[in-house]
Amino acid sequence: MNSGLTERVLAVLETVSDPEIPVLSVIDLGIIRSVSVSEADHSIHIDLSPTYSGCPAMDTIEADIRSALTSAGFGSIHVRTVLEPAWTTDWMSESGKRKLEAYGIAPPEKRSGDKRALFGKAPEVRCPLCKSTRTTRLSAFGSTPCKALYRCDECLEPFDAFKCI
Amino acid sequence: MEFSPDLRTQHLLHLADNALILGQRLSEWCGHGPVLEQDIAIINTALDQIGQARMLYQHAGKGMNPALDEDQLAFFRTENQFLNFTMLELPNGDWAQTLVRQFFFDTYNYLQYERLTESSDPALRAIAGKALKEIGYHAQFSAEWVIRMGDGTEESHKRAQDAVDRLWPYTGEFFESDGFSAEAAVRRAAPLPSDLQPHWEEKVDAVLVEAGLKKPVLQWFQTGGRKGQHTEHMGYILAELQFLPRLHPEAQW
Ligand SMILES: [Zn+2]
Repeated sequence: MNSGLTERVLAVLETVSDPEIPVLSVIDLGIIRSVSVSEADHSIHIDLSPTYSGCPAMDTIEADIRSALTSAGFGSIHVRTVLEPAWTTDWMSESGKRKLEAYGIAPPEKRSGDKRALFGKAPEVRCPLCKSTRTTRLSAFGSTPCKALYRCDECLEPFDAFKCI
Repeated sequence: MEFSPDLRTQHLLHLADNALILGQRLSEWCGHGPVLEQDIAIINTALDQIGQARMLYQHAGKGMNPALDEDQLAFFRTENQFLNFTMLELPNGDWAQTLVRQFFFDTYNYLQYERLTESSDPALRAIAGKALKEIGYHAQFSAEWVIRMGDGTEESHKRAQDAVDRLWPYTGEFFESDGFSAEAAVRRAAPLPSDLQPHWEEKVDAVLVEAGLKKPVLQWFQTGGRKGQHTEHMGYILAELQFLPRLHPEAQW
């Protein structure tokens, strides 16, 4: 394992963003599960965990990772999709959550036991604009698979919130 | 296409076909939802279903000899080679029929996938872990809608009750046993369908009561989907789904 090279790969990955939420890098999203660089031939192996089964951004993200690493001078890039353990919003970085809120999207809260989903209650969501927690969910689904639509009852602005899974 | 999959493959295809056919049906709502938010919601649900179908077809196809890919399984099988529940191929009808069907199936599917996360098949277990989070979200959404419509206006109540009465005979198929589900249960790859029934009834009863909807009293249930016997609607949905890849088998996006 060449740690200097791994650091360089991670630095490149920090520049690859989610095409649907450009303020988040793939590192912020927590979808990069491991990165290793072969000592022998400098080939790169990346394990990627998809966010949603049908998320159309995943193919784009993989292509963006390859092209960013190729532009940075790396060859032989192997990206593997790993399903287990399943991606959770708990893997989003703290800096990612701050960037998301500054961008106007309420970040995911810590996941509350999803076994209760059948009878579950919606989590408390804070307005990214005025920070009030008096908010109402308008729709359980939003403009992309990872978001839901909310309204702030304090400042009355509608906003997107990241679904907690 | 010559096609005689073993029991293990049939079980995976059954799961995949349920996801694909429901996803295909739901996608017909695109641009036709009652309001924008619900249009988006039902299409997101369709997207999740199709994503789950892709993962399941990939897993099923890899284990076949010769191996087949997801497109071959989705686009080049004929009607009697599809093993989905007949309920899922029915036309969408109105919003009440779509959401009542979704509620019946989501509730079943959640209970089923919860058990699939303990499957002896590691790839199926991984897919289930991913899918369960999505299905839980769908199940909550459809249950809320059943309550909202049943406990809503006179018109929404009537439509919801009509949907319950119309779709109820199709729920019996969920809990039937057949060769592949019995074999999957023996391998501890999946639960026996009949084991899920008491849990399904408990949840469905609770929601119907809250919605003020009557549970039908019925002795006769539709059957056939697990054996590849379908309603007259299946041919049309496959024609819509399959005509392009069959006309241009080498077409690329
Ligand atoms: Zn606010």
